[in-house]
Amino acid sequence: MKFGTMSSLQKVLALIAIGASLAALLSPLAMIGETTVSTLSHPIAMTFALAGLATIIRFKLKFSIAFDGIMSVLGIWGIMVILNGIDKASFGFWMLLVAAWAFGWLYIERLSNVTGLNVFLTRLIGLITPVFFGIWILVLWEAITRGANVPFVLLPPPSMVWVKITTSLSILWADFQQTILKAVLSGYVMGCGSAFLAAIAIDRSPFLQRGLLPVGNFVAALPIVGMAPIMVMWFGFDWESKAAVIVIMTFFPMLVNTLTGLTVATNMQQDLMRTYAAGYWQTLFKLRLPVAAPFIFNALKINSTLALIGGIVAEFFGTPTVGMGFRISTEVGRMNIDMVWAEIAMAALAGSTFYGIIALTERAVTFWHPSIRAG
Amino acid sequence: MSKDASPVVSAKKLSLTFETNDGPVHALSEIDLDIAKGEFVSFIGPSGCGKTTFLRVIADLEKPTGGEITVGGVSPEEARLARAYGFVFQAASLYPWRSIEKNIALPLEIMGFSKSEIQERTRRVLELVDLDEFGKKFPWQLSGGMQQRASIARALAFDADLLLMDEPFGALDEIVRDHLNEQLLKLWDRTNKTICFVTHSIPEAVYLSTKIVVMSPRPGRVIDVIESTLPKDRSLDIRESPKFLELAHRVRDGLRAGHSYDE
Amino acid sequence: MNKLLEGKIAPVVVVVSVLIAIWYCFTVYLNTPWQLDRYEKAGTDWTYSQLITDTMKQDRPVLPAVHQVVVEIWQTTVNKNITSKRSLIYHGWITLSATLLGFLFGTILGITLAVLIVHNKALDKSLMPWIITSQTIPILAIAPMVIVVLNAIGVSGLLPKALISTYLSFFPIAVGMVKGLRSPDQQQLDLMHTYNASAAQTFWKLRWPNSVPFLFTSMKVAVAISLVGAIVGELPTGAIAGLGARLLAGSYYGQTIQIWSALISAAVLAAVLVMLVGVANNVVLKRMGMSQ
Repeated sequence: MKFGTMSSLQKVLALIAIGASLAALLSPLAMIGETTVSTLSHPIAMTFALAGLATIIRFKLKFSIAFDGIMSVLGIWGIMVILNGIDKASFGFWMLLVAAWAFGWLYIERLSNVTGLNVFLTRLIGLITPVFFGIWILVLWEAITRGANVPFVLLPPPSMVWVKITTSLSILWADFQQTILKAVLSGYVMGCGSAFLAAIAIDRSPFLQRGLLPVGNFVAALPIVGMAPIMVMWFGFDWESKAAVIVIMTFFPMLVNTLTGLTVATNMQQDLMRTYAAGYWQTLFKLRLPVAAPFIFNALKINSTLALIGGIVAEFFGTPTVGMGFRISTEVGRMNIDMVWAEIAMAALAGSTFYGIIALTERAVTFWHPSIRAG
Repeated sequence: MSKDASPVVSAKKLSLTFETNDGPVHALSEIDLDIAKGEFVSFIGPSGCGKTTFLRVIADLEKPTGGEITVGGVSPEEARLARAYGFVFQAASLYPWRSIEKNIALPLEIMGFSKSEIQERTRRVLELVDLDEFGKKFPWQLSGGMQQRASIARALAFDADLLLMDEPFGALDEIVRDHLNEQLLKLWDRTNKTICFVTHSIPEAVYLSTKIVVMSPRPGRVIDVIESTLPKDRSLDIRESPKFLELAHRVRDGLRAGHSYDE
Repeated sequence: MNKLLEGKIAPVVVVVSVLIAIWYCFTVYLNTPWQLDRYEKAGTDWTYSQLITDTMKQDRPVLPAVHQVVVEIWQTTVNKNITSKRSLIYHGWITLSATLLGFLFGTILGITLAVLIVHNKALDKSLMPWIITSQTIPILAIAPMVIVVLNAIGVSGLLPKALISTYLSFFPIAVGMVKGLRSPDQQQLDLMHTYNASAAQTFWKLRWPNSVPFLFTSMKVAVAISLVGAIVGELPTGAIAGLGARLLAGSYYGQTIQIWSALISAAVLAAVLVMLVGVANNVVLKRMGMSQ
C-alpha cells in the first residue's frame, strides 16, 4: 500500500483530481450555440476525465511523478482544444480545469520534495517549476476569461493580448523608443551617475555625510513621482521632462547606498592601505569602491524599477502622442484594454530585462561577495 | 649576525593614553626599548598590555602621546611614507575580489612598481611561502593557514627590512600554527629581516624569538626583556629541551608578576 | 551641546537650511523672466530688490517660494472647513484612508504568502521566482487600468485605490517576511527538532519572533509605496478627490502653488507614516526585549 508515502496535502490533491474527474464525467461540459454538450459526448474531454478517474490506482500502486506531469500537460492541451470549439463553459469544463490543475500542483509538489538529486537536475527543476507555474497562470486566465465569457473590457484573454502585440508591433516599438530608450535610459544614467559623483564628493566631509544620509533616506521614501507635473511644466511635454523626473527619483537611493557602501571597509583593511602610505584616490579605487560595489548595485537594481515607473507615470501628466504611459492612459480611456495589456506586457519585459542585465553584471563584478558565492 | 650601531626601532619613555568616556586609559606607559637589525622580537602579555598598541605605534597607525620613538632612525610617519615596513594583521585581510597574485601585487601597484617588476616579485614571494601554485586562486578558496601565508607574502613583496606581525597565527589551529612557525623562522633566516611579533602564546614566543619582551597591563608597560639563549638554527623539537623550558618558565614568571589584578 | 554637534541634528539642520536657501535662489532665478516681461509691458521702472520680492509674489510662479507653499498649506488646512472640497485635510484624508486600507490588505496578504512559501516547497519553487520577477516590473503602470476597469463594473471610490496600494505593498512584505521566517539558523531549528516541536510550535516560538524586525523593515518600505500607489490611483479617475487629484488639477490649470502644497503634504504624510511604523517597531522590539 503506497498510501502511507503520500503527504496529507498530496492525498487531498489526489482526491480532488479524482473527484473532479468523476464530476466532470457526469455533468454537462459546455454550450455550443444553444445546445448543451455532455462530457461523455466529447471524445477529448471524456478521455481525460476517464484517465483522471483511473488515477485512483495511485492509492494502491506506485504512481510515477511523470504521470502527474503528463496528466497536467494533457489537461492543458485538452482544455485549449475544448475552448476553441465551445461558446460557453458549463460545470463539466470547470471540473476538468480543476482536475488538470490538481494534477499540475501534485506534479510540482512531488517534484519539489524529491531529494538527493545532482546539481544539474536540481537547477533544472528550479527552472522548470516557475515556468510551469507561469504557464498554468496563463492557462487559468485564458480558460476563465473565455470559458465564462468575461467581457473583454474587463479582462481580455492572453491569446487576445498576444494577437494585439503581434499586430501592433510598430506602435509598441515607437512607444518603447520614446519611453525606454529616450526617457528612462537617459534619466537613469544621469540620475545614477550624478548621485555617484555627488556621493564621492560628499564622502570627504563627515559633517555633510551625517547631514545628507538622513535627508537622503527621507527623500528616498517620498512620493517623488508627484514631481511629474512640475517637471512637465519646466521641461515640456517631450521625453526631457520624464528624464528629469527619473533623475530626481533615482538620485537619492543611489546617493544613500553609495555613501553607505563607502563606509563599509573594515578598520583592518583601511590600516593595511595606511601601512602602504596609499593616497586617498588609491584607497578609493583599490579598496573602498570594490567593497561598496554590492551597495551600488543594490541601488542600480532598485533604480531600474523606479526609473521605469517614473517614465511611465510621468507620461500620465502630458506627453506628445507617443510613449508607453501615454498609450496606457489613452487606451484605457477608449476601453481598448487589450492594447493596455500589450503595453503592460512590454513594460514587464523591458523591466525584467533591464533588471536582469544589471543583476548579471552584478554577479560578474561582485563574484567574490559571500551572497553571490553561495548561490 | 653583526649588530648595527643604530637600532631599527628605538623607544624612549614612550607613552600613549587614550581618552575614553570612562576616563583615560594608559595603553603604553614609559616604554624604553631598542630593537637591533636582524633581531626577532616577540611581545607577549595578557590582553590590554599594549603589545598590539606598541606595534601600531611603530607602524604609525597610532600616535604616541608622550616620549620618543624612531623607526630606522626617522619618525614612524616618515618611515611609513618611505614604506619601510611590512605589516601582517591578525586576520589575513586579503581582498576577496582579488586573486592571491593580485593581492600580493596590491602594495606594489600602490608603490608604483613596473608591470614586469610586479610579476617577478609576486612570483618570488609566492615561492617563498610555498604558494606558487595558488596565485590564480581567490582568497576564499584557500584554507586559513594558506591565507595567512599569502598575507605574509604580501608584506614581504616590497622588500621592507622590518616586518611587523600582530598575532598573525592567533586564529589558526595548533598544527597549522607549528608548521607556520617553522616556516617563518626559515624565512627570517633567509631574508635577514628584523621582525616584531606580537603573540599571547608562550611557546610561540620562546620558539621564535631572539628577544622576548614581556608586558603587563594597566598601565601597559614592559616587565622583562629576555635575550634568548637558544641557537639560531632551531627545529620544533627544541621545545622539549631544558633551555627552552627554562626560558618559558622565566616568561611565565614575568607574566605572573604582572598580574596584579584579580581574575 | 557637544553631542548635538557631533550627532545628526546639527548637520541635518545645516543641510536642510542650505536646501531651502538653494530653493529661494531658484525661485528668484526661474521667476525673473516672467516678472521682467511684466515690467516691460507695464512700462514700470524696477529695482533689484523690488524684482526679488516680486518674484516671490506671483500667482502662478514657475517655482513658488517656500513661504508661499507654507501659506497655501496653512490656508487650505487650518483656515478651511474640513469637509470643504478645497481643504487639504479632506483630500489628504481621502488619500490616507486608501493608503491605510491598501497597506493593511498588503501586509496581511504578504505575511500569508510568506508563511505559505516558507512551509511549502512547491510554492517556494513556483511562486517565489515570480514574486521576485514582479518586483522588476513597473507595476504602477497598470494602476489606471485597474481603476477604470473596476469603475466600469461599478466598483469605485476607496476600494480600487486601496487595491493598487495592496498590490504594491504586498511584495516588499512577502519578500521581507520570507527572509525573516527563514532567519533562524540551523542550530536553533535543530534545537526545536530535539524538542520534537510541531511545525506550528516552531513557527510561533521561533520563526515568528525572529521575523518581527524584518516585518517592520519591510513595512516601512510598504507604507511609503502604498501612499505612492494611492496617489497614482487618483490620477485616472479625473481630478475628483485626494492628493493625486490635487496634483492633476494643479497641472491642468498651471496652479504651481497648489501642486507644491499637495506634494509637500504627501511628503509629510509619507514621513509621518514611515515614522509611525518606526515607533511601532521600537515599541514592539522593546517589549520583546530585542532592542539594543
